Amino acid sequence: MNAQQQWTAYTTILVKEVLRFTRIWVQTIVPPVITTALYFVIFGNLIGSQIGDMGGHSYIDFITPGLIMMTVITNSYANVVSSFYGSKFQGNIAEMLVSPMPNWIILAGFISGGVARGLAVGLAVTLVSLLFSDLSVQHIFITFTIVLLTSTLFSLAGLINAVYAKSFDDITIVPTFVLTPLTYLGGVFYSIAMLSPLWQNISLLNPVLYMVNGFRYGILGASDMSIWLSYGVIMAFILLLGWFSLHLLNKGIGIRS
Amino acid sequence: MTIALDIQGLQKTYGNGFTALKGIDLRVEQGDFFALLGANGAGKSTTIGIASSLVNKTAGKVSIFGYDLDTQREQAKAQIGLVPQEFNFNIFEPVVEILVNQGGYYGIPRAEAFARAEVLLKQLGLWEKARDQARTLSGGMKRRLMIARSLIHQPRLLILDEPTAGVDIEIRRSMWEFLRKLNADGTTIILTTHYLEEAESLCRNIGIIDRGELIENTSMKQLLNRLDTESYVFDLASPVDILPTTSNLCHFTLQDPTTVEVVFHKEHYSLNKVFAFLNEHGVIVNSMRNKTNRLEQLFMDLVENNKH
Repeated sequence: MNAQQQWTAYTTILVKEVLRFTRIWVQTIVPPVITTALYFVIFGNLIGSQIGDMGGHSYIDFITPGLIMMTVITNSYANVVSSFYGSKFQGNIAEMLVSPMPNWIILAGFISGGVARGLAVGLAVTLVSLLFSDLSVQHIFITFTIVLLTSTLFSLAGLINAVYAKSFDDITIVPTFVLTPLTYLGGVFYSIAMLSPLWQNISLLNPVLYMVNGFRYGILGASDMSIWLSYGVIMAFILLLGWFSLHLLNKGIGIRS
Repeated sequence: MTIALDIQGLQKTYGNGFTALKGIDLRVEQGDFFALLGANGAGKSTTIGIASSLVNKTAGKVSIFGYDLDTQREQAKAQIGLVPQEFNFNIFEPVVEILVNQGGYYGIPRAEAFARAEVLLKQLGLWEKARDQARTLSGGMKRRLMIARSLIHQPRLLILDEPTAGVDIEIRRSMWEFLRKLNADGTTIILTTHYLEEAESLCRNIGIIDRGELIENTSMKQLLNRLDTESYVFDLASPVDILPTTSNLCHFTLQDPTTVEVVFHKEHYSLNKVFAFLNEHGVIVNSMRNKTNRLEQLFMDLVENNKH
């Protein structure tokens, strides 16, 4: 395939993925918006007003970046894991596998679809957050690149989950037992400075912490760690999972007999 | 003559240790209409799966129109269209979108893919359903949709894995006509089917796979010439109680008082002789039909012989 044909193939997957999650917007866009609005009401307004400042910001301002990032992470992951596994389950992944399209385009198409949903839902949640907090972005480039890279990373993770999944149970186990705990313990609702040194060190093993803090730095200008460390950790994971995803597709693991 | 599909020493052992293919050599020439037959689990779908890149081979070589599937993968894959056995499209997508997206995977711009989809859907009687979700189609329509999808990139080699399974006879015959025309227009076709009448009617050459081995690869004509007997069923004008006895070369069996089955050796008997014999004994035949498909008998014999 020449470059023009490859671009057509890539945009075909991307458009298909975007149409898929927008067609079922009541299932994909609305629930995270409602859930996050409840977080704002309960943790931000009701409980947050009793907590006081955190890291030099009001509690609701402090948790806003984390809540947006949490939504981006779960939706990027959910989009790719459900779409790719759905294609496997229905068998229509074969439509791509029989075509001359290189595997890296299949990968790029699905990942871009996950990123698109992550950004779309993240934007919706950001708009809702404006009703509850005085959000002002301190570093627009950092904010945007961190959210873009994070959604890429979790889209890759979703694809790996989908490749290995053999039933619909398998695509809910990781989000429930791995992703949710990592996100909740990734500094969304608190600063790790509040923790004992031991738990601070343990928290540093959680990659989500670097994403939440990187994003918080972009919006509030405050973070528990260096922004460069956040970039470094996210990029390292993207390279690792990206290489592994492509390896799985090239070997046909989970998709070819 | 250009070789459309060249398979050499193809082997496949699945992860559970089951060997589906034990070293198959197969050549299908350009322009052929080729039947690949075999019982369930014989290795047909595995062969097709490997040729269409859905199954990883264990050993062997596959070339499509001279393009090696290992070293010239993109070029090789661009030559093939596949109609799989199971419905495998997204049932929630509109019919035309399934075709346009498939075109996109082959690098065909959307406008061009849409134009091609319109032509194919009209040819296959699906244009009125173009905007409907695929799940709303009947079984026969779904089969035709898979054929349309496989042709969107205008492949030179079309592989159909039991394309008419579960399709009523009227639609099956219209699909036969479509495939005949496609073949006449230059597309090489490989067909697997359990309807041996279908293979006999459509295909010029035939390969039979049994337990992972190619046990026959010849022309349909040569294969059918090997039959040394013919079987017919006669409907009689009036009931009979017993039938006249003939030699071992021509044998009658009374199925019911007005239905007789006759089996005779082609070398020693003819239909004329059979009719003359019955006429002598006052048995009048109203109508007749082939008892079984001729290919079916040969197929069973070949598979049976391979067991020994």
